[in-house]
Amino acid sequence: MIPASFEYHRPRSLDEAIAVLASHGDDIRIVAGGHSLIPMMKLRLAQPGHLVDLQDLGELRGIDADGSTIVIGAMTTQHALITSAALAATVPILRETSIQIADPQVRYCGTLGGNVANGDPGNDMPAVMMALDASYRVTGKAGERDIPARDFYQGAYATSLGEGEILASVRIPAPADGHGYAYEKQKRKIGDYATAAAAVVLTLSGGKCNSAAIALTNVADTPLLATEAAAALIGTGLDDTAITEAARRAQAIAKPSADGRGPADFRAHVAGVMVKRAVARAREHAA
Amino acid sequence: MSVDIESAEARTQKLEGLGAKRKRVEDVRFTQGKGNYVDDLKFPGMLFGDFVRSPYGHARVKSINKEAALKLPGVKAVLTAADLKPLKLDFMPTLAGDVQAVLAGGKVLFQGQEVAFVVAEDRYIAADAVDLVEVEYEGLPAQVDPNHAMDSGAPGLRDDLQGKTSGAHGPRKHDNHVFTWEVGDAEGTDMALKQADVVAKELIVYQRVHPCPLETCGCVALMDKVNGHLTVWGTFQAPHAVRTVASLISGIPEHKIRIISPDIGGGFGNKVGVYPGYICSIVASIVLGVPVKWIEDRMENLQSTAFARDYHMTGEIGATKDGRITALRCNMIADHGAFDACADPTKYPAGFFSICTGSYDIPVAHVVVDGVYTNKAPGGVAYRCSFRVTEASYFIERMVDILARKLNMDPAEIRRKNLIRKEQFPYHSALGWEYDSGDYHTALDKALKAVDYAGLREEQKRNREAFARGETRTLMGIGVSFFTEIVGAGPIKNCDILGLGMFDSCEIRVHPTGSAIARLGTISQGQGHATTFAQILASEIGIPAANITVEEGDTDTAPYGLGTYGSRSTPVAGAATAMAGRKIRAKAQMIAAYLLEVHDDDLEWDVDRFRVKGVPERQKTMAEIAFAAYNKVPPGMEPGLEAVSYYDPPNMTYPFGAYVCVVDIDVDTGVSDIRRFYALDDCGTRINPTIIEGQVHGGLTEALGIAMGQEMAYDEFGNLKNASLLDYFLPTAVETPVWETDYTTTPSPHHPIGAKGVGESPNVGGVSAISNAVNDAFAHLGLTHTQMPHDHWRVWKTAERLDLTTA
Amino acid sequence: MPKMHVKLKVNNREVEGLAEPRTLLIHFLREQLALTGSHIGCDTSHCGACTIDLNGKSVKSCTMFVAQANGAEITTIEGFVNPDGSLHVLQEMFREHHGLQCGFCTPGMITRAYRLLQENPDPSEAEIRMGISGNLCRCTGYQNIVKAIRAAADRMSHAKEAAE
Repeated sequence: MIPASFEYHRPRSLDEAIAVLASHGDDIRIVAGGHSLIPMMKLRLAQPGHLVDLQDLGELRGIDADGSTIVIGAMTTQHALITSAALAATVPILRETSIQIADPQVRYCGTLGGNVANGDPGNDMPAVMMALDASYRVTGKAGERDIPARDFYQGAYATSLGEGEILASVRIPAPADGHGYAYEKQKRKIGDYATAAAAVVLTLSGGKCNSAAIALTNVADTPLLATEAAAALIGTGLDDTAITEAARRAQAIAKPSADGRGPADFRAHVAGVMVKRAVARAREHAA
Repeated sequence: MSVDIESAEARTQKLEGLGAKRKRVEDVRFTQGKGNYVDDLKFPGMLFGDFVRSPYGHARVKSINKEAALKLPGVKAVLTAADLKPLKLDFMPTLAGDVQAVLAGGKVLFQGQEVAFVVAEDRYIAADAVDLVEVEYEGLPAQVDPNHAMDSGAPGLRDDLQGKTSGAHGPRKHDNHVFTWEVGDAEGTDMALKQADVVAKELIVYQRVHPCPLETCGCVALMDKVNGHLTVWGTFQAPHAVRTVASLISGIPEHKIRIISPDIGGGFGNKVGVYPGYICSIVASIVLGVPVKWIEDRMENLQSTAFARDYHMTGEIGATKDGRITALRCNMIADHGAFDACADPTKYPAGFFSICTGSYDIPVAHVVVDGVYTNKAPGGVAYRCSFRVTEASYFIERMVDILARKLNMDPAEIRRKNLIRKEQFPYHSALGWEYDSGDYHTALDKALKAVDYAGLREEQKRNREAFARGETRTLMGIGVSFFTEIVGAGPIKNCDILGLGMFDSCEIRVHPTGSAIARLGTISQGQGHATTFAQILASEIGIPAANITVEEGDTDTAPYGLGTYGSRSTPVAGAATAMAGRKIRAKAQMIAAYLLEVHDDDLEWDVDRFRVKGVPERQKTMAEIAFAAYNKVPPGMEPGLEAVSYYDPPNMTYPFGAYVCVVDIDVDTGVSDIRRFYALDDCGTRINPTIIEGQVHGGLTEALGIAMGQEMAYDEFGNLKNASLLDYFLPTAVETPVWETDYTTTPSPHHPIGAKGVGESPNVGGVSAISNAVNDAFAHLGLTHTQMPHDHWRVWKTAERLDLTTA
Repeated sequence: MPKMHVKLKVNNREVEGLAEPRTLLIHFLREQLALTGSHIGCDTSHCGACTIDLNGKSVKSCTMFVAQANGAEITTIEGFVNPDGSLHVLQEMFREHHGLQCGFCTPGMITRAYRLLQENPDPSEAEIRMGISGNLCRCTGYQNIVKAIRAAADRMSHAKEAAE
């Protein structure tokens, strides 16, 4: 219940934050919303000697949904994502996903950056970002670089984020007008991590699916891009046969661990069901 | 003198007595955050205690090194078993006649067991010091399957019981055996089962769960060395019992110990027993001469404090081919964890499990319970039920449904056929209980009508046909439960805890200006006693409830009682309250007669005053009598207006209910949606309908948690897999459906106001109704029984076994 | 670790104190400011008994260091009583509708309900239940809590209309 001691830093600028990170190597952690890190610190599963608090960095906030690339500052909270009319209009899967993360209090603090960057396989946004083919702009002493979400996740709590780097923003290619989307998540109770979840983004033209992306949450030690599953939808009218095949292919790549949510075979099965239901809902949204 | 007084009805309303929807007095402070819970207490110089706990389920403790911890600035002491042994406090008696390690000596027997107690200036330093205590363990294989705990090869877990061939409850047949308890007619039941037209047999497991009140356990111990006086504030559901036990084990005389239960944030049975934290805090306070606070965190609460259930019941039920039950047998294993820390009345190591003939007229029955030790947390307690009554009720309600399946009978119909009839009350059950009153058939009819049961079964038929045709992937289930609880422990002749008879008490003092204070031997943890017991008194003595202060929980002032759990407050302390109130009224009558210069018998009671019969304008209100008690009592009478009652109930009380649950199960995900839940409760006289309704809502929500997701699951190494709220299922407002409540009223004939108690009925009836509904959804496809909890994966596995999962 | 100086506004009063960076906000409130109304019910940020209102947000104060709250404006349950001593309409409605029993979840529940009604002054039953999904209760089964919050919403909108 009580964390170990640490030194606390609260930089006023991004440059200052980067400098602090650089001077403490691997003994420093970033606190954004704090609702992943602080619970771990309270259990003493994480005992960093230093904490750098990013809350004063205005340059990491903000939502720009005007152009062909939607840019969301990493410190944008889930609550801000949900209440953004601009995001609701341009990339509504974000709100649909965000409402299924944790609970209202956590959503006031939890940030998009924290949810995508810490590598927790249970987090919901990573799969959504993979489905949207988003990229992460990270910054550090060596400057800025963009990492595609699809290349970002290496293993449980292992990402492409280097030591001393901060995720600054998430960049999403604006989905086409009228695109279909859904985030379907099964959980033991509201706010729980997914037993399995599926993010689907697709477009239809002339009644036929001409693009699709499917990604899975919490059924492996990273989010999974179900490329073969999505391919099963292309060129089809998203009929039952196509959807069933997509679900089968998605289930085939799921490798969940057994936990309180159920044994591995059950969770993989649920992944398939989530894909089915997500595609069906995405089709409705696209209509 | 004006005779223009309000009508009896208006005056009755003003009293806010029995039956009134009185607003709770407790709410004024709770809604302002001005409750006084034990962690709110602060004293000058107070230190904080925290435990080093075993990470292993079973291991030898090779060494404990306190050096580094003691060197940390702010650390005042580190206690181990070696420090407690000379004080004979390394073990403490449990309420079940066993002993429990306060701090582990040679061995740890469950994950989370207390190994050392660190005392420091604040909880942050204490937490750091806990990490600095070095303990060397040597792992041992863990015994976590109670069904194999008594195998001939199974190693004995309890070094301290080595060679002891008998325990508190009789002979022991194995090192891991706690007791065998038997009740009923073995031969008669065996014969009846052999002769029955049909017998259904099933293993019914009631999984280990935990009461998990929102406030964890804790205390502040303050040894005043100058006066030799020990005060302990704590989360105690039975403060007087704690005082007596504390005196017996510490040697401090009982009049020098004061136990105070302040506001308690939920108990549900978790706060009945005595925990090592209390003992260690007391010892630390005595040794260090300052107050010591101990507050466990949630993981500690789940890992180490009293669990509930963990009963493995093999049932056999025999019946005629028309569905008339002829016999019931239960052989069961009770898993008590590492120490038997049950809080049952002494003579009942399996509590009142023998209520397992339930609401049915079963002529012969036999129960055998074997208690065993395993490498799990010690216990168990009655989690929002009377002692082992949920287990018993779940057992019979499942067996009756299983029998109904076998006979292809409707579950409501088989119940109707077997329910004890009204004219059979008081009813003597085959296992020795005398049920006080009940009108079961009326309740069942009312419930079935309210939900349109026939309509529901029609709808289910159509659903099943649609499912078979592939038109839907949802299966509808309807669960019926008709439970009878046995609460209000209890008559001293058969109910005591460690020799303390389970009476309860009320002491009333009426002040000159007509208000009063009442103190009870019980202690509310949210049940609203300060509100409801004033209502009982208001009706008895004609003083408005608003003018009656009700106090509980301070053993220096409250009369001795056995506390609050097992729905006993209303049946026992409520009775004491009424009886004490009647003593007050009897004295008041004599004073009134004296003041009015008439004979006692010339007076009649009218809501809040005595009137002369036939001359109603000649009257004395209770308020007038109160003042007179302090200056104008009849010659020979003591002044004052005060009474106390210690009530030894003649029997338990038997609240009952009829519940119906409708569930829709998504076969592809295992997700169950409780579409509708109707609960009809009969708790006898209803003191405060709003509070009753609140108790039913709360109990049903706890039942939902148990039936649909709670379990304390251990792996084969004795690791607890769900020691936090991430995995231990507590429903939120989203999972909780709207509960429909209804009632009938069958007063208890032996209770002074006919009340039976209600707090725990919904947990008892709710679990059965929900579980029966889930089982019912698959019954037509061949399912006889699936074990709780009915979480998504288990329900899906049930569907998979029935070949339903490939569409 | 040496203590740091923190300054914040709590229930409309400027307060300051010294605390280790790791001091959880809930402990600072309860122990240094003696505001014991907010409670601790778990260790994993699930139960919501510690919920306070911080800079216009419902926050679980057990999951924030007081260091992070430096400079913040906080309302705890103790701040809900009106200056004249009368109760906030939420507190009244919780009592009116029996929305509490043991009282342990109540401060967090009321504090959260307050912000919920700021977000959505006219919530449906489903929205209320979602809105309090971060607050656990073991006693009431939530039904009367939902009723109390809905009743408060009604009262607050009537008061608003009357004022307009």
